[in-house]
Amino acid sequence: MFRAAVRLSVSGVRSLTRTQPGCQALLASRCYSHGKQETDEEFDARWVTYFNKTDIDAWELRKGMNTLIGYDLVPEPKILEAALRACRRLNDLASAIRILEAVKDKSGPHKEIYPYLLQELKPTLDELDIPTPEELGIDKV
Amino acid sequence: MLAARVLRLVGKRAISTSVCVRGGHAGVAKVEEYTLPAYFDLRENPLPDISYVQNLSPEQASLKEKEKGSWAALSDEEKIALYRISFKQSFAEMTRGSSEWKTVVAGMFFVVGFTGLIVLWQRMFVYGPVPRTFDAEYKEKELQRVLDMRMNPVEGFGSKWDYENKQWKK
Repeated sequence: MFRAAVRLSVSGVRSLTRTQPGCQALLASRCYSHGKQETDEEFDARWVTYFNKTDIDAWELRKGMNTLIGYDLVPEPKILEAALRACRRLNDLASAIRILEAVKDKSGPHKEIYPYLLQELKPTLDELDIPTPEELGIDKV
Repeated sequence: MLAARVLRLVGKRAISTSVCVRGGHAGVAKVEEYTLPAYFDLRENPLPDISYVQNLSPEQASLKEKEKGSWAALSDEEKIALYRISFKQSFAEMTRGSSEWKTVVAGMFFVVGFTGLIVLWQRMFVYGPVPRTFDAEYKEKELQRVLDMRMNPVEGFGSKWDYENKQWKK
C-alpha cells in the first residue's frame, strides 16, 4: 500500500526503505498476538473488493472512503479506481471529485503522490468523464 | 362497510411502524431535526453523512437527473453545481488559513494592557506607601548584616566579599 508511495518519493524516504528488512525482521519476532498480519496486497484486494460490490449503496461508499482516508496511507490507484467506478454506479459525480481532492490532501507534503495517482487513474477518469479538481478550478480558493 | 373499515385500520397499523415520522403515533416518535445526521466539512471525513443542499431547487433536481446519464454531457459549470449540491466547501476552501489569529492576538494584548491600567490605578489610589524595607538605607543595612553574618561563604554573598580589605572581591 504505502510501499508504492515510498518507492515514489525520491530522496529522504528511499533511505528508509533500505533499512526496512532489518526492521521487519524485528517486528516479526514480536509476540503481540497470534493474529495473522494482513499484507499490503491483501489490504488492497480487500478494499478493491469492497468498492467493486455491484450493489454498493451511498452509505457504504461514504463509510468505506472515510475509513480508508482515516488510515495512515494514501490508497493505491486500483482502490481509487474501484471507488470511482462505485461513484459512477451510484450516479454521484460530486463524491468522485471529492475523493480525488481527499487523496490529494491526504498525500500531505509528498507532492509527487498525487500526480502519480492521476497518471495511473487517467484511463478511468477519461472513461467515466470525471474531471479532476484542477480542471474544474476548485483546487484554488 | 365494516370490511372497509377493518382494512383501513389494518393499513394504518401496517404503515404506522415505518412512517412514525409523519406522526403515526400522534407525535410520540416525532423525529426532531437535531437527531438527524448533520453536514460537516472535515478533511478526515471527505464524504459527509448527508449532502449539503437537502431541498433541491427545480434546476438542481433536473441536474441530478442529468447526472444519471453520461457525465461527458455535463459542462464544467454543471459539474461544479453538482459538487456544490453535495458539498459546501472544497478542500482548498476548508484548508485555507484565516486571519483570525490577528484578532486573537489583538484581544490578548488589549486584556493585558487593560489589566496594566488597573494595576497602575491600584498602585496610585488603593495601596499605601511602599514599605520601609524597600528604602535604600534599609537595603544597605540589610546587605551589611548579611555580610556580617557571613552568609553563603562558598558560592553566595559571603564568597564575593573580601573580609580583610573590606571590599568586593575583584
